[in-house]
Amino acid sequence: MSDHHHKETFITKYIFSTDHKMIAKQFLITGMFMAIIGMLMSAIFRVQLANPGEYSILYELLPGGWLNEDGGLNPDKYLALVTMHGTILVFWVLTAGLSGTFANFLIPLQIGARDMASGFINMLSYWFFFIATVVLLSSLFVESGPASGGWTIYPPLSALPQAIPGSGTGMTLWLYSITLFVVGSLLGGLNYIVTILNLRTKGMSMQRLPLTVWALLITAILGVLSFPVLLSCGLLLLFDRSFGTSFYLSDIIINGEALHNVGGSPILFEHLFWFLGHPEVYIILLPALGIVSEVIAVNSRKPIFGYKAMVGALLLIAFLSFIVWGHHMFMTGMNPFLGSVFTFTTLLIAIPSAVKVFNYLATLWRANIRFTPAMLFAIGTVSAFITGGLTGLILGDSALDINVHDTYFVVGHFHIVMGLSAIYGMFAGVYHWFPKMYGKMMNKTLGYVHFWGTFICAYGVFFPMHFLGLAGLPRRYYTNSSFPMFDGLADINEIITFFALAGAIVQAIFIFNFFYSIFKGTKTTANPWKSNTLEWTTPIERIHGNWPGELPVVTRWAYDYSKPGMDEDFVMQNVPLKEGEEEH
Amino acid sequence: MTNLLIALVVILAIAALVQLVRVNELLSEITNEDTNSVTDDDNNKNGILFLLTIPLFLGFVVWQMVTWDHLLLPPASSVHGAEIDSLMKVSMTLILIVFFALTPMLFFFAYKYRGKKGNTAYFFSHNNKLEVVWTVVPTIILTALIIYGLRTWDRAMNPDLSQATVIEVYSKQFDWTARYAGEDNVLGQSSYLLVKGKNTLGVDMLDEPSSDDIVTREVHLPVNKPVLLKFRSRDVIHSAFLPHFRVQMNCVPGLSTQFGFTPTKTTEQMKLEEGEDFEYVLLCNKICGSAHFNMQMKFIVESEEDYNKWISSQESLETTLTLK
Repeated sequence: MSDHHHKETFITKYIFSTDHKMIAKQFLITGMFMAIIGMLMSAIFRVQLANPGEYSILYELLPGGWLNEDGGLNPDKYLALVTMHGTILVFWVLTAGLSGTFANFLIPLQIGARDMASGFINMLSYWFFFIATVVLLSSLFVESGPASGGWTIYPPLSALPQAIPGSGTGMTLWLYSITLFVVGSLLGGLNYIVTILNLRTKGMSMQRLPLTVWALLITAILGVLSFPVLLSCGLLLLFDRSFGTSFYLSDIIINGEALHNVGGSPILFEHLFWFLGHPEVYIILLPALGIVSEVIAVNSRKPIFGYKAMVGALLLIAFLSFIVWGHHMFMTGMNPFLGSVFTFTTLLIAIPSAVKVFNYLATLWRANIRFTPAMLFAIGTVSAFITGGLTGLILGDSALDINVHDTYFVVGHFHIVMGLSAIYGMFAGVYHWFPKMYGKMMNKTLGYVHFWGTFICAYGVFFPMHFLGLAGLPRRYYTNSSFPMFDGLADINEIITFFALAGAIVQAIFIFNFFYSIFKGTKTTANPWKSNTLEWTTPIERIHGNWPGELPVVTRWAYDYSKPGMDEDFVMQNVPLKEGEEEH
Repeated sequence: MTNLLIALVVILAIAALVQLVRVNELLSEITNEDTNSVTDDDNNKNGILFLLTIPLFLGFVVWQMVTWDHLLLPPASSVHGAEIDSLMKVSMTLILIVFFALTPMLFFFAYKYRGKKGNTAYFFSHNNKLEVVWTVVPTIILTALIIYGLRTWDRAMNPDLSQATVIEVYSKQFDWTARYAGEDNVLGQSSYLLVKGKNTLGVDMLDEPSSDDIVTREVHLPVNKPVLLKFRSRDVIHSAFLPHFRVQMNCVPGLSTQFGFTPTKTTEQMKLEEGEDFEYVLLCNKICGSAHFNMQMKFIVESEEDYNKWISSQESLETTLTLK
């Protein structure tokens, strides 16, 4: 494996590093950078929705040519912003930023391995992601604008530059970028799976894995099985766009010209897309739930309740996530019988989800909770998972979906259950493992302000959206002032925009705290949270190879908190069982 | 210049914040060794904030439900829509009950079990009985909900359409056109290759049933009579959304889709209930390009007499296309 005596130059240490901890930080910082861009985009289109067609100082951030002559935002570019916001948040922040960071960081440290199975492939995974990032961002500056057909890029809109300017060069770059992204994420995912299966230290049986690692393993499997389908889906679209094939196109007249394409079906695209797209939701969510399980157990000073049920629920959710994709397509004209099947499988997901929520609640029951900023965000995740998960029972029911499909009800739902849960989970992870990453502590008070500000603003943004949806307002509308029936909704839009801007400002506190703490933060101790897992047995100063001497040997599960008969309220995984002590 | 000033202010604000945090950390370093470890005081403050969250968050939710209730869609104006509304009521009640039970529980636990030095948490790693209960109970509730949902879906998708008026709804960037099937109630064949000049829908005029088809830019429907909407698209995917009827279906190029329903309230009735400016409207609900937000067509539901009067005043497609 890795040679821990070799000399590291600046380039091998910070740029082309094969050390999983450095690669994790590269993913994290790239993810944060993209999150800021994605958030600014949302701030801009929220301003447009509150004051349709009016100029705003925020528009100065946009590249040239995105505004109308009167200074208002161009409707095409509004769609471009919505599309790029979705793409960036779903793939760049909550897939690569979340899994990329924590799978890289935690897997070797928590299973007791010196590094990933292949450090080189791991490095490649980041650099493919990096190039994908550059390509995606470059598409913001092409003359016809970036992809604008929604992050789901349904053809024919995404296939025909005549239909929307963003489907020109911007869309081509989007497809190249996603191709690179998928390659990167497959390289990463395979590495995670191999590492977890093969490199666990002595005694680290699957039944003793921390739930974070379980969640990351299942996430990686989901990614490896579903991302290739997105890749082929995108390739066929590329063929339709560039080589005149008709996989997705048929019977089209655009700009008065009848196209030659016959026999293709956009519905095929939707099936392929959502075959990735739905597991993708869980690729985003599961790592967050894994992190939250760990953070809640550590800070409750209690074992996570129902470890086996938690693993079982993760497995069941992962399995079901592959047979529910049709619930995104109830209204496409798909056979109604198929709609029934997908309704059935979709609503079943509520069962393992409910089990997870009850187990979190049971973990908090009679705990001795320590409110670190990470713990606050973990509780925030559970709250968002409850609030957003419940509205899934409406959307997953095909009969009800008829009237809320593609309205703001959906926007509210997935931003809470997937967006907030996952981003809170990511924040929880950053606050919790920051001392391990940088050897410093993040400022606690700023963390508290960040949590409470975010928590209030986020519900202020996304909860009212349910009402917009129930009023019938479709998503992706440049303005809703064209329909008198929506005139009453202007106030709600202003409230949402207010909270969105306030929420964006609150994030500056986090960014500040993050960078301030890297350089000026107080020094951490070896195990600041009194946690059981193996990463806290490594030295504070980062070393390539993680442990200076022998690898730790694991003798117990990760959740012996407040175990009766022990000297302290935590027992690390490498502490041998006492005489007569039973494993949980 | 303004930009420069803004940049300056931002930089100063960051510098001030750095100093503030630094002072704070130095101060607490003097009094207490580890500034960033959590104290009982922190636990109390955050615990109380979580306790306050219960009334504030739930109050915010209730406030929205009360204040914005009048903005929500009125009860459905169609037969199947009324059934969907009942299902919606049941599902909504259910999720609100669960929401109003679990959210306070979560935040109350956070408050109640906030940490204190010297306290010990209760070692409680699993309990099979409890876990079985909270697996089985949701399963039973969901089974009922699934069965109810599927029945409603099945009835909404399979109405009796033997007597239905057939109307084609044709979408393109960025407007809608309707084509009534005429007296024979059969739509003539059409092809995108035949779109030319005034024949904007590409109707095959050599096909017998085409001659009495009627093309209009708004849709009139007789009340309490089933109607079958057939959808086609010329360019990209659009979605025909008629929120008041609880009707939605995508319009897909190269694919024919449909939705049948029975309107139960006339526009006049709705104006009386909802206000003078009420109109039924068809919206596009699938991102389709720059004017997606303004792609609409008026629907009017009226008595059968009024409908017959209106339809007989419309000119047939044959007339439209042959008159120069």
